[in-house]
Amino acid sequence: MIKIKDLQAGIEEKEILRGIDLEINAGEVHAIMGPNGSGKSTLSNIIAGREDYEISAGTIDFEGEDLMDLSPEERAHKGVFLSFQYPVEIPGVTVSNFIKTAINESRKGRGEEAMEAREMLAMMREKTALLEMDKSYLSRSLNEGFSGGEKKRNEIFQMAMLQPKLAILDETDSGLDIDALRIVANGVNKLRSKDNAVLVITHYQRLLDYIEPDFVHVLYNGKIVKSGDKSLALELEAKGYDWIKAENA
Amino acid sequence: MTDLAQDLLSSFVIAESELNGSKNLAVVNMRKEALDRFEALGFPTTRDEEWKYTNLKPVLNRDYKIMLKSESAVSFGDIKQYLLSDLDTYKLVFINGKYSSWLSESTHQSYDICTFAAALNKYPDILSKYLGKAAPSGETFIDLNTAFADDGAYIRVKANQTVDKPIEIIYLTTEENGSTFSQARNLIVVEQNAEVQIVERHQNLGNDESFTNFVSEVFAACNARVSYYKVQNDSINASLIDNTHVKQETNSNVHVGTYTFGGKLVRNNLHFYAGGEHTESHMDGITIIGDGQTVDHHTLVDHMEPNCYSRELYKGIYLGKSHGVFNGKVLVRQKAQKTNAFQQNDNILLSDKAKVDTKPQLEIFADDVRCSHGCTVGQLDKSALFYLRSRGIPKREAEGLMTYAFASDALEYVKIPQLEKRLNRVIAGKLGINLEFAL
Repeated sequence: MIKIKDLQAGIEEKEILRGIDLEINAGEVHAIMGPNGSGKSTLSNIIAGREDYEISAGTIDFEGEDLMDLSPEERAHKGVFLSFQYPVEIPGVTVSNFIKTAINESRKGRGEEAMEAREMLAMMREKTALLEMDKSYLSRSLNEGFSGGEKKRNEIFQMAMLQPKLAILDETDSGLDIDALRIVANGVNKLRSKDNAVLVITHYQRLLDYIEPDFVHVLYNGKIVKSGDKSLALELEAKGYDWIKAENA
Repeated sequence: MTDLAQDLLSSFVIAESELNGSKNLAVVNMRKEALDRFEALGFPTTRDEEWKYTNLKPVLNRDYKIMLKSESAVSFGDIKQYLLSDLDTYKLVFINGKYSSWLSESTHQSYDICTFAAALNKYPDILSKYLGKAAPSGETFIDLNTAFADDGAYIRVKANQTVDKPIEIIYLTTEENGSTFSQARNLIVVEQNAEVQIVERHQNLGNDESFTNFVSEVFAACNARVSYYKVQNDSINASLIDNTHVKQETNSNVHVGTYTFGGKLVRNNLHFYAGGEHTESHMDGITIIGDGQTVDHHTLVDHMEPNCYSRELYKGIYLGKSHGVFNGKVLVRQKAQKTNAFQQNDNILLSDKAKVDTKPQLEIFADDVRCSHGCTVGQLDKSALFYLRSRGIPKREAEGLMTYAFASDALEYVKIPQLEKRLNRVIAGKLGINLEFAL
């Protein structure tokens, strides 16, 4: 589904990613772990199309198309979704209007008809129930006054509504208590299928107890230094990141 | 002194005897004295503190027709788009300074909704009680208007009456040959426990420049409730100086909303005099302007009595090469203990060439008050923009959506749903977004 080759990028002369190679196929769940400052969020932002980075080398191929040529909205239309580590508050725009706009703009971008109001409503009802959200969420201003947990749940609600092919969950577990974590993970698991893929970016192993990855990669100093199956995550949890740092010093 | 001032002085000699109210000695004397003060004061320049950021020169240095006499064939179809067509309203329509009874819908039944000319000619008691009592003399543009004002809206809502539908006041200019200078005037008297909603606009339909020096005096007696909406969406060849002065008595509640999208140079002098306890003074507005436009909001709330509340919220969105000014003065006199005054002016610059000067001005002489004020000038938040785009919303729509969200809370107090819808539509159009966003 997505093939990243030798991706090198940075911000204002500062090198952050130093040659990332990563391939994710449909139906797979990958986890990227790593210490703070290793480049995890940079990688997810670049895949989603954030323009603040300078990309000096490499390619990102998404279903046969070069993502680098596409704007963030075009990537979204193709099925790329990023759950933000820090979702932005937008006062004055309700969750339901926002998601309605997002869905119909994405449909328009793909040359499809707008979704019927009734269908939209039914879907909203179903997905709020999935994430155990009260329906009053829908009429609140987007993320405004939301707790950390509510913001993350709202991200997964949007993912459920938009049904992306590739969902990148950037530190979705941070700021969640154990109940919220379970609900969010359960939501993600229900959305998994053989046709879509998930990239989980996390500092801790905790989330991976709930969303089981097929592959685990360790990102350190802008490079993937180790890959393995889910046992690698457990090993990291037990040993911390110091041995990775020592191996790559 | 500019040529326009000279032209005005000499026109007055000719026009004086033809003006409405010329049989009323008090009015005649009032006009003469006002003209004398205007002659002494002249037009302001950027050296005047109150006009520091707005240069009138380009507007003043023109030849204007001063007394418009031309009849004009304006049909309902021509003005329909400027009316709240989906709503039944009283209408006062003026074409080139003259009242159009054909396009208007006035009444004298439970309340007077008619013309300032009628007040000048027929209601000497009203004039002596109210005319010039809210808008102070000694201010150039007010004096000039007092000298020349010939017609406009006269509204009097008697005690305990609620006007059954909104009143629309429309000033049209239709001159095809040459620039025009006009000076209409409103007199709005809302008596004890009475209520009224007014929507007002100035519209230049002609193909040349228009310049309007407008005065509106509003009197809100005890417990009166007034909603006064100014829709300023005139053509790019129209300039306006709006002097609106509101006098409030005990327990009255007055809201003036100013929505500015059009015009070349628009200056709003909006003054509230809170002269009774427990008054509420609301003023808010949205300004969205672009290339070649200047909008200057100068507001004053004068808190004279204790226990009053004022709320001021102005949002500005500036595109292209535009210039915005906000000067909000809050005066709390010594007697006005327990005043609660809120003022906020927020601006977004959507272009490198746009400019905003914003200045809150607080003068507080009482010691037990709550006054807050703030002003911001900024740009759209990049992270928020990326957030919206990453959800599939194209850049332009995302910008529009964020800008709309920024502005929309200044519409919260609009009580006429049809007007709110209309304003939303104009704003959406200005920001190039789909209306569905704005619902």
